[in-house]
Amino acid sequence: MRTLISDTQLNRRGGRIVYWTVLVLVVVVFTLVFLGPLYWLVTGGLKSTREAVQSPPTLFPSEIHTDTYREAWSQLRMGRLLFNTLYYAFGALALQLVFDVAAAYALSKLRPVLGNLILGMMLATLMIPAAVLIVPQYLTVLDLPLVHLNLINTPWAIWLPTVANAFNIFLLKRFFDSIPEELMAAAAMDGAGPLRALWSIVLPMSRPILGVVSIFAVVNVWKDFLWPMLVQPDPAKQPLNIGINSLSLGVSQNVIIAALAIASAPTIVFFLIFQRNIMAGLTSGSLKG
Amino acid sequence: MAAISVSARRKPAGPPPDLAPASRRAALAQRVRRNLTAHGFLLGALLCFACFSWYPMVREIVMSFQRTRRGRTTWVGLDNLRHITEDPAFWQAWRNTLLFTLLALVLGFAVPFLVAVLLNELRHAKAYLRVLVYLPVMMPPVASVLLFKYFYDPSYGLFNSVLHALHLPTSAWLNSASTAMVSVVIAATWMNMGGATLIYLAALQGIPGELYEAAELDGAGLLRRIWHVTIPQTRLILSLLLLLQIVATMQVFVEPFLLTGGNGPQGSTTTVVYLIYQYAFNFNNYGSASALGLVMLVVLAGFSGLYARLSRTAD
Repeated sequence: MRTLISDTQLNRRGGRIVYWTVLVLVVVVFTLVFLGPLYWLVTGGLKSTREAVQSPPTLFPSEIHTDTYREAWSQLRMGRLLFNTLYYAFGALALQLVFDVAAAYALSKLRPVLGNLILGMMLATLMIPAAVLIVPQYLTVLDLPLVHLNLINTPWAIWLPTVANAFNIFLLKRFFDSIPEELMAAAAMDGAGPLRALWSIVLPMSRPILGVVSIFAVVNVWKDFLWPMLVQPDPAKQPLNIGINSLSLGVSQNVIIAALAIASAPTIVFFLIFQRNIMAGLTSGSLKG
Repeated sequence: MAAISVSARRKPAGPPPDLAPASRRAALAQRVRRNLTAHGFLLGALLCFACFSWYPMVREIVMSFQRTRRGRTTWVGLDNLRHITEDPAFWQAWRNTLLFTLLALVLGFAVPFLVAVLLNELRHAKAYLRVLVYLPVMMPPVASVLLFKYFYDPSYGLFNSVLHALHLPTSAWLNSASTAMVSVVIAATWMNMGGATLIYLAALQGIPGELYEAAELDGAGLLRRIWHVTIPQTRLILSLLLLLQIVATMQVFVEPFLLTGGNGPQGSTTTVVYLIYQYAFNFNNYGSASALGLVMLVVLAGFSGLYARLSRTAD
């Protein structure tokens, strides 16, 4: 494919020298900038307490202390924090898949009375900056209207607000809209009810968009900070982001670094496995009108 | 957050006028049933939107004009607004937030674009570089932020050691009022630039190659090709992303909260959202917190409105 600089220009003698210099430079700089900190993360956790805060810092740990990782695991209760994070992330994913898919399907294919008004009101929430609603949302979770339930310290405080995601509704509805009406009519002729049509026609065709929505759902919970900090004050129920920060007071630097390495490992592995889907989902999901 | 467009609803095919009343009643019953089913499918999402989006939005506005003391809530008009603007922290928080946004845009908007242009020209190692740039976006923010805090440490941090080894002047980074915000921006850019880079890269790949060829035949050099082909061809995505980034960076909270504890030296990293947090959760002053949230909403509404309009033209 033709880009800014043509292949013929690059294949000239001078062009080739410049190209390879730039390439090597870019690879080296990017590796330093983006992998360097990760190298520091892994090796920092292998240093002794004294070596981790030594000036100047050492490039290689002079002695390998693998027990720092063990200490981080037990002292910062990493097992608990990891479990909580996964529990919140996959619970949120399940609820979003059930309720947002059902809602988008109803708005796209069943088209009820007031459907457009509901869709408009949902999409309008995209215009509200999330930080503005933090306080009233917190007060709502503290005392749910009408039923007067307090959701603080329950997983529902994290799960339910994630369902109110207009972006999911928008992506899913747009995808469902592209499923031909004739297919739906044919299913109805064969006696399939709305649920059956959703299950055996719409869902199998929507795998790509369901993948995008799922990845965003998991990553959003995994990366969230302020909201889980407010609604999960009980240390035994906190996810990684909050737990590490609140338990790290008075813990030595090498143990904290080891804990951070443990916390990053699952997402990095997750990313390397699904990188193609994640990066494709990002570009297709976010901007292409 | 793409275009907000509501496709016109197709009229349900009503029964032909010459039908007998009985079958008309049957058609009506079927339509009622169909609507009930549809609203049943909508119910879960509707309840969640009502509880966690619509109701809080109304409550946010109402609370801005109320004060609660000893369990009694009274209307106080614009008192909350007056109270927050009389707080010197208000102006400092806005100054800090604008400074953060400006710096974050210079770094977080220009750098990803240049990186994307560069990556798009490379014929090798592209997949590797793409993964590298996006890797920090996937890390839990606490990991990246606390790691940067470790690097920034003035006595044993990596950054000062590198500067020292290169015989460059070292810095107090987060510990000085003049450099704290810049340090926050650098960490935030490292954490977040991957997303923008990949979106630009996708936009660049959509530029038809003939345009470059034509420009080259007209004798346009490298810089003029960037100026007259690359930038006009990606202008829409660039402006959409610019607006998104303004809205997102104005709401900065996590990075300063974790790096400097929120306020930083002499309040140099207090942001508007951190001030909202402080009013609500340190001082239990929900009225002031809501009033400040409302100010934020009004300021950002212009940008989000522009975004919605632009993305509609993108369709």
